[in-house]
Amino acid sequence: MSKAPKTLFEKVWQQHVVAEPEGEPTILYIDLHLVHEVTSPQAFEGLRLAGRKLRRPDRHIATVDHNVPTTSAYDRLHIVDQIAATQVNALRKNCADFGVEFFDVQDASQGIVHMIGPELGATKPGMTIVCGDSHTSTHGAFGALAFGIGTSEVEHVMATQTLPQSKPKTFRITVDGELPFGVTAKDIILDIIGKIGTDGATGYAVEYAGSAIRALSMEGRMTICNMSIEAGARAGMIAPDETTFAYLMGRRFSPQGAAWDEAVAHWKTLPTEEGATFDRELHIDAATLAPAVTWGTSPGMHATIDGKVPLLAEAKTEADRKSFQRAYEYMGLKPGTPMEEIKIDTVFLGSCTNGRIEDLRAAAAVVKGHHIATKIRAMVVPGSQAVKRQAEEEGLDKIFKTAGFEWREPGCSMCLGMNPDILQPEERCASTSNRNFEGRQGRGGRTHLVSPEMAAAAAITGHFTDIRKWKQTEGASR
Amino acid sequence: MEPINILTSKAAPLPFPNIDTDQIIPKQFLKRIERTGYGEFLFFDWRYDLSTPDHVEERKDFVLNKPEHKEAEILIAEKNFGCGSSREHAAWAINQYGFRAVIAPSFADIFFSNAGKNGIILARLTEDEVKTLLERSTANPEHKITINLEAQTVTDELGFNAHFDIDPFRKYCLLNGLDDIGLTLRHEKELDSFESKHNKDFWSLPKTAA
Repeated sequence: MSKAPKTLFEKVWQQHVVAEPEGEPTILYIDLHLVHEVTSPQAFEGLRLAGRKLRRPDRHIATVDHNVPTTSAYDRLHIVDQIAATQVNALRKNCADFGVEFFDVQDASQGIVHMIGPELGATKPGMTIVCGDSHTSTHGAFGALAFGIGTSEVEHVMATQTLPQSKPKTFRITVDGELPFGVTAKDIILDIIGKIGTDGATGYAVEYAGSAIRALSMEGRMTICNMSIEAGARAGMIAPDETTFAYLMGRRFSPQGAAWDEAVAHWKTLPTEEGATFDRELHIDAATLAPAVTWGTSPGMHATIDGKVPLLAEAKTEADRKSFQRAYEYMGLKPGTPMEEIKIDTVFLGSCTNGRIEDLRAAAAVVKGHHIATKIRAMVVPGSQAVKRQAEEEGLDKIFKTAGFEWREPGCSMCLGMNPDILQPEERCASTSNRNFEGRQGRGGRTHLVSPEMAAAAAITGHFTDIRKWKQTEGASR
Repeated sequence: MEPINILTSKAAPLPFPNIDTDQIIPKQFLKRIERTGYGEFLFFDWRYDLSTPDHVEERKDFVLNKPEHKEAEILIAEKNFGCGSSREHAAWAINQYGFRAVIAPSFADIFFSNAGKNGIILARLTEDEVKTLLERSTANPEHKITINLEAQTVTDELGFNAHFDIDPFRKYCLLNGLDDIGLTLRHEKELDSFESKHNKDFWSLPKTAA
């Protein structure tokens, strides 16, 4: 065994190597597989056709999130869209047939898969976690190696509890310093994507480090790791520390008593050691960051709130020029338009990126005592039943409803518009989600990605608004 | 999955970077529980007219709708093809439409993996090489390109000759049309032995309380 200092990623990887066959990918053990209705039916069907079982049913957890209506409990139990209903029913049957623990649509633990793993304490440091969803990178916030997979891989994990994987390269992104007033985890990750590009981390496992990252809550860390895939990285990780342990302690699937102490002792061995080397490094000074708003059709196309839609001349490459031109047209924006002058129609607050309790608290603090602008449609979709309950206990639902927001049931909702929550053509949305691709939130819909605070302020004024100025007059929450 | 080695076909040029899986197959088609029938929805929002209520009118200006590009089995695009969502439906749609290969300067990781499981060759060439092929297929839709997986080359009749890298194991699986699960189960003994030890690492269990 080499004594060379190791990275967090290398440790977790090595602890899961089942076999390293000559000339083939490593066979990596998978500790937890999260299942949802959209990417699993064909995998279960594949098992049936091949007469295979789940190797370890105890290492799978399932829920419904992508398809479910968010309008009411009744609508969720009586899904009108028959194709969606069939898919939800297929998951119910598959979980029963194959022995997978399933959190159904009105279960107290239901929610977006990437919300419930951590909430249940199923997501823990040092684990390998996969799910047929690219935002599985979220779980890396706990120091787990977590990545999205396709349906063939889902079937592979079900049958073997392993995946053949080529080892990615490592990339450390260090964010040091204090975040300026009004700047959030969302703004950090959007800045990173803008700097390195949407394919900047393709082929890498990213580790986020530095004092600005360590200062973040678990919610903020999850927001950052969640969007790793938007920079091309399948996995993003943050070393576990006291913040991580405090979050996990006492959760339903967390170890207890002596086992807890033993687990913490193990988790403390995981962080990257002094002197360990990465294939690539990037340093960012937190003090230079500002609230971000995307203007185009890729998460890397963003400006700061005091900036403008970039001019064509600012495109660095020919490919960028083409993307810019296409994005101006799709988004209905003129180059040079100040971001603060862009008027919106809709606000979506939610998703696995920003649908956590801290996000709702921050948005509610902005909204409190105000009302949404005329003609604005605004909705809050808590990421999980647990978040919804917590928010209601704190009275956040009342603040949102008084301000004119709709208060919904949990799910993925308008982040990808698989359920009835979609944008109409040319409808412009300030969204706390993760992708502003063409048609992502509805065919022809125009998505601008922002932090929860920025989404809330835009809902009140009807246009993008600099939260830093707003907060100076209103008092800050974070 | 069907074995593949040498493919000669005309190509459909899609000269854009960052073509994401939401464009390749929009979400409304992800509600199905079948593994087949996705070809007709490939590039749905680009392929069909938005203004018709039932969305069945083809947009004449979109490359796949041009008669001269029909039956192309090779798709050419710019960098970061297949970024975004992990949906394997994107690979199914490409395959079931009739494409057997995609040529681009780079591919997103999850799509790359999904394509391999569906017998699709992904050939990574340099930006300049891709540009040349895009130009030739745009100028002459009948232009034929040959991909030789065994030799790892992309060639045409005008003297284009480029090499592409591919992981040897992926190549072996594509050439032989091999199923991954069966390959992994060759290591079942190692798996059993790893698992019996790993089970004691209770921190690795999703559900450790009780």
